[in-house]
Amino acid sequence: MNHLMRWHRPELSDWLGFGRLTDLRDEIDRLFESPLVELARGSRLLSGWTPALDVYEDRDNVNVRVELPGMKKEDIGLSLHDGSLSISGERKSEEKFQDAEVSRSERFFGRFQRTITLPTPVVSEKVKADYKDGILTVTLPKAEEAKPKRIDVNVN
Amino acid sequence: MNVTVKKEARPETDHGTEFVSPPVNIFESKDGYVLEAEMPGVNKEGLEVTLEGSEMTIVGHRRAETPAGETVFRESHLADFRRVFELDPAIDTGKISARIDQGVLTLTLPKSEKVKPRRIAVE
Repeated sequence: MNHLMRWHRPELSDWLGFGRLTDLRDEIDRLFESPLVELARGSRLLSGWTPALDVYEDRDNVNVRVELPGMKKEDIGLSLHDGSLSISGERKSEEKFQDAEVSRSERFFGRFQRTITLPTPVVSEKVKADYKDGILTVTLPKAEEAKPKRIDVNVN
Repeated sequence: MNVTVKKEARPETDHGTEFVSPPVNIFESKDGYVLEAEMPGVNKEGLEVTLEGSEMTIVGHRRAETPAGETVFRESHLADFRRVFELDPAIDTGKISARIDQGVLTLTLPKSEKVKPRRIAVE
């Protein structure tokens, strides 16, 4: 069964204006080194920061996993509205490196936002989120009516 | 170029696992270099930083925890991270330090004292 993702234009982050300090050739090399699934998200050169996102579903929960390395918990925003989960935030670059010369800059900084349509209704009051090793895991318990149920067949 | 990235002809395989290259930021000051590598899902236990001559290799093993159930949509990859760097000879390799926090590895590579600019007193 296909679940359509509501496509949300990724926000452009500040770095675009400053110019990234890697060559176009490096960028192309990285496209070849990256797994093919990254190409589907569009070239990093143009789309700003689009963190990788996975959605899994088991009998009781919908689990969403987002790769957000190097963030502070308080800079991550989550909201649930109308069957869609929105994850947004801002990653700030560290102040202490301002005096140094940048030799290579491949990491993204700035704002991001991803919105996904959930495959089933969920109980919003019971949603839990956990941030560990740079991965945000959101556990959304399914609403009772969405869970598979046995229907007993009575034979008369 | 000083802390350069070694280009590999094709992704290396190790026991049939392909590796993916983590994005890095490299900063240079008169005291040394700082390298940040993004490896979500990697913690201290999964990290290996090795030095061989002037070559430094970073490997990050991801936690192999795929949530149970059916995959509805997947963008992340399951491969581990690996990247090789050619180090500036000015770096004091005995003083390299590493720490990892929320999937970001920060390596501090100080330059040797003798290569730093120094004033020489005139008698």
